[in-house]
Amino acid sequence: MGSLTATVAPPTGSNVTPSFRTFGAIAVAGFRRHATYRQATLAGLVTNTVFGFLRYYVFLAAAGTAGQVAGYDRAQLATYVWVGQGLLAVIAIWGWTELADRIRTGEIAADLLRPVHPVTSYLAADLGRAGFAALCRLMPPVLVGVLLFEVYLPRRAATLPLAVLSVLLALVVCFGCRYLVNATAYWLQDVRGPMTLWMLAGNVLGGLYFPLSFLPGGLEALLRYGTPFPSLLQIPLDVLVEREPLPAQLGLVAVQAGWAVALLACCRLVQRRAERRLVVQGG
Amino acid sequence: MSVIELSDLRKEFTVRVKTGRLRRQKRTVRAVDGIDLRVERGEMLGYIGPNGAGKSTTLKMLTGVLMPSAGRATVCGLRPVADRTRLALRIGVVFGQRSQLWWDLPLRDTFALLRHIYRVPAAEHAARLARCRGLLDLDGFLDTPVRQLSLGQRMRGELTAALLHGPEVLFLDEPTIGLDVVSKQAVRGFLAELGRAGDTTLVLTTHDLADIERLCERLVVIDHGRVVHDGSIAALHRRYGSRRMVVAELDAALPAPPALPGAPLHRLEADGRRLVFALESASVAEVVAGLAGLATLRDISIVEPDIEEVVARLYRTPADG
Repeated sequence: MGSLTATVAPPTGSNVTPSFRTFGAIAVAGFRRHATYRQATLAGLVTNTVFGFLRYYVFLAAAGTAGQVAGYDRAQLATYVWVGQGLLAVIAIWGWTELADRIRTGEIAADLLRPVHPVTSYLAADLGRAGFAALCRLMPPVLVGVLLFEVYLPRRAATLPLAVLSVLLALVVCFGCRYLVNATAYWLQDVRGPMTLWMLAGNVLGGLYFPLSFLPGGLEALLRYGTPFPSLLQIPLDVLVEREPLPAQLGLVAVQAGWAVALLACCRLVQRRAERRLVVQGG
Repeated sequence: MSVIELSDLRKEFTVRVKTGRLRRQKRTVRAVDGIDLRVERGEMLGYIGPNGAGKSTTLKMLTGVLMPSAGRATVCGLRPVADRTRLALRIGVVFGQRSQLWWDLPLRDTFALLRHIYRVPAAEHAARLARCRGLLDLDGFLDTPVRQLSLGQRMRGELTAALLHGPEVLFLDEPTIGLDVVSKQAVRGFLAELGRAGDTTLVLTTHDLADIERLCERLVVIDHGRVVHDGSIAALHRRYGSRRMVVAELDAALPAPPALPGAPLHRLEADGRRLVFALESASVAEVVAGLAGLATLRDISIVEPDIEEVVARLYRTPADG
């Protein structure tokens, strides 16, 4: 066989500048796609709410008669749990395998044939999906919390906008993690292994099973700055219940922003690597 | 400059074969083994070959989905993999076996979304969509979610989706697979219409040779990753000696098979009452005149060479090298 002529330059992303409009249109489509599945939305909502009660009572038990645990009082715990239950669906911490499925079936070819970078278009679609979830999956558990329990309401004016920004960044971080886990399908075909690891890490280290302040200080700091997982739930919820003074809160959001940028860059890198070895089998 | 230029394009896949309990051996499969091809603007090219010949692999390399192992490919002057997203604006692709539509959205929303993705001016988009709606009869199912469409409806949707941004080159990978006769005719009619306009280059792979006969003047046959024929359908017939046949029905069988100059007897049917002659140098009139002197003719018909038969013969020929 003859020598290989290196005529194929690496794919460049720089010439892809989808306008804001393109991004918006894909996001709107993402919203509409998810709005189609009403029964699934309702089922997810009921599950989140039921588990909200479970988690809240476990945390209350941990707080005991002192009414405090790891620096959270009862009202803060209520906010932590009920807003957290709503955020689960917004950041979609569980069960997103769309990309992996498309890689496995070869449908990914259709994504590659669009004039938009796959990471950009999946991110746009995910933001649209999150928009739908924010309306239909976040609000109801929060309302349950507010109506049935004494919840902590932010006292500083800056907290609410900062919390919204923090949730947005949590969404991007979560998207980045999910994209990377799904992208392992380019190499492995079957992503059940990486997916299980991600679910475990996301749930335990993200602050869903227990606030990370339950852990020894050093370990908590290591997780918070050294891994993206606390950026998923722990940080946005801590921002909302005003655990720290404002400058420290800003620092936490900056950590999230750092992870969001790093993960998106990583997604693009992985995608580029994957495209060089992609095999779209059959037909 | 040609719209599509391939020179010595190759694609190899590595397959691991189990050879023992733990041992695996690497084997290299050459899916595309050095293809040279030039396609000019407005050409309609049929690209055929048996299963596994490398048709789809070539198409995937031309659209930037697969990275070639070696060789050069340019489409619209761009390198498919390196310039994939820029190329995407200038080509349209339909994979018969995969969908490019959004499963959960109605066609109407999909088309609207595509307008933004491809950044097509609203008026142009509306004009192209109106044309597709008319030619492909889309109106009955524009508001149905894609997941509920029949295969024929979906394929008409796919064609429209591939054309809304006015691509210079349209790649079609088995666009009529699984379609019924009516849908096939609709798709072929539409593509023929597109070809008549003359500004879209069309590359079509298919197993249905009627698609090729109806649409393509030029036919490229590949087998084992190499081009085994590149030329018109007529040239293929000439090359493989396919001939027109004259079928003569007689009142009664002849005592001995007739020998007509320039038209050897191909076969005898119906107890010798139906004779099939292959036309070589003789004309139909000469065969008829020759037969009329020997027996009473009841009926006579002429059969054009069958492309399927030629291609089947071509596929069975072992590739050299």
